[in-house]
Amino acid sequence: MSWPPGTLAPRPGAAPVRRMLAAQTRAELSLLLRNGEQVLLTLVIPLGLLVVLTLIAFVTVAGARTDGERADFFVPGVLALAIMSTAFTGQAIGVGFERQYGVLKRLGATPLPRSVLLGAKTLGVLCIELVQLLLLSGVGLLLGWSPHGSVLAVLALVALGTAAFSGLGLLLGGTLRGLTVLAAANLVWFVLLVLGGVLFPLSQLGSAETVLQLLPTAALSHGLRTVLEDGGLPIRDVAALAGWAVAALVAAARAFRWD
Amino acid sequence: MPIPALEVEGLVKRYGAKTAVDGLSLRARPATVLALLGPNGAGKTTTVEICEGFRRFDAGTVRVLGLDPRDRALRPRVGVMPQSGGAYPGLRAAETLRLVASYSAHPLDVDDLLERLALVDAASTPYRRLSGGQQQRLSLAMAVVGRPELVFLDEPTAGLDPQSRRATWELVEALRRDGVTVVLTTHLMEEAERLADEVVVIDHGRVVASGTVAELTQASAAGQLRFTARPGLDLTTLLTSLPSGYTASEASPGQYLVSGGVDPQLLATVTAWCAGNDVLAGDLRVERRSLEDVFLELTGAELRA
Repeated sequence: MSWPPGTLAPRPGAAPVRRMLAAQTRAELSLLLRNGEQVLLTLVIPLGLLVVLTLIAFVTVAGARTDGERADFFVPGVLALAIMSTAFTGQAIGVGFERQYGVLKRLGATPLPRSVLLGAKTLGVLCIELVQLLLLSGVGLLLGWSPHGSVLAVLALVALGTAAFSGLGLLLGGTLRGLTVLAAANLVWFVLLVLGGVLFPLSQLGSAETVLQLLPTAALSHGLRTVLEDGGLPIRDVAALAGWAVAALVAAARAFRWD
Repeated sequence: MPIPALEVEGLVKRYGAKTAVDGLSLRARPATVLALLGPNGAGKTTTVEICEGFRRFDAGTVRVLGLDPRDRALRPRVGVMPQSGGAYPGLRAAETLRLVASYSAHPLDVDDLLERLALVDAASTPYRRLSGGQQQRLSLAMAVVGRPELVFLDEPTAGLDPQSRRATWELVEALRRDGVTVVLTTHLMEEAERLADEVVVIDHGRVVASGTVAELTQASAAGQLRFTARPGLDLTTLLTSLPSGYTASEASPGQYLVSGGVDPQLLATVTAWCAGNDVLAGDLRVERRSLEDVFLELTGAELRA
């Protein structure tokens, strides 16, 4: 088919940032939602764990006699797990493969600024987290969960946790090859699931608790649990998450490779 | 003289002990097609990726539209088609092109572009399930959709079927006509001969020849004239009627070869001599050097290696 004269005449220019951000966020979200493994990781597993752990007493939670009291323990942990799945595991795997397929490199040759690309990724993560929060809280309430504390404190913990996990995810996904990232991200996810105060109280591990409590998943789950059970912002958990966030984001900014 | 769209001077790129690009210089005038021709591993892609701002280099100067190749201001003005990949595997063809179009202030019409590149049927197919030809055409569309001034195409027709190749060539010709500069790499002779205003032959990271296709193919020994006739002809009188510098010989019994500048005058002289000597020449043909001959001569390499 022929090209009428002038069709291809140069008229270069970058689109307004708002338009790029909206289009890129939409693309990131459709990619996440179309990926079966991502949906499994971010929605199905946390939801399934919440229901099973609450209703079937595999794990004894000290002082919890009713399903509602068990839910009070498990909802915050599963929320922390959900945030880790989205911001860390999902993002690391996504970025790892995008690098391997040359997507990030090629995007570097378009008018899309890297800051807008990272902004879109963050917005995509936040949108998924919003869905997770609504879904998990909703199911938690059905199971008899009774939350307390300040919404602002919860949001602050979620924001810090997202920053820490995103930093770790970008550090992993931005430095290793796709398949290595896949393996490592899933392994880390599993280890942090077990040692992150999600499945059982870390107090069951005796003196190891003091150290394990500094892991990002443990800090986030413990922090959320403290706020949602008693109110009050747990300073130690906030400090641990802030430390992870700064360290991981700085390391990611230094080591990240676009190709 | 206008500023060159691309100007490379004394470019050197080393990977450890290996020198991939070794003092390479070239320039592309605005609204022309420059072809970098060379065997695999000659340094074409490295050169192009440096010009695209993807790679750093060790020595020399590179100016793209008068700017440093890593200058962000170039991104809307330059379109890039890498040798392979560069698209989200899970994103559909039309979504991919629309996404890239959304980065530009005045993009081409996406539906029109899909139609002209025969991608309408593939519009809702994820990139990873497109055929090789469809992936290449989509990649080409991604390079031009932002209406750039300069386009880099790295082996745009590698592995394409004839129809896709023709569609790509038509697009390149239309780009030049509309004032876009195109720099492409290829190892296809036919492609360089058809598209390029100027060809730079690269081997071992150096420019071994450059010029228009006509200049390159006429540069040295300009050709040969062959004919068949009865064996054992005495060629002395033919030689005396030819200008100096020409040779005539019987290459094998009945096969004659005249070498030198092939022009209408030579043809007339040879046929007149045949008529005068009652020789019925058969299979008379002029052989001009193709770009392929030039290439073989310069690099000693098979082009389609």
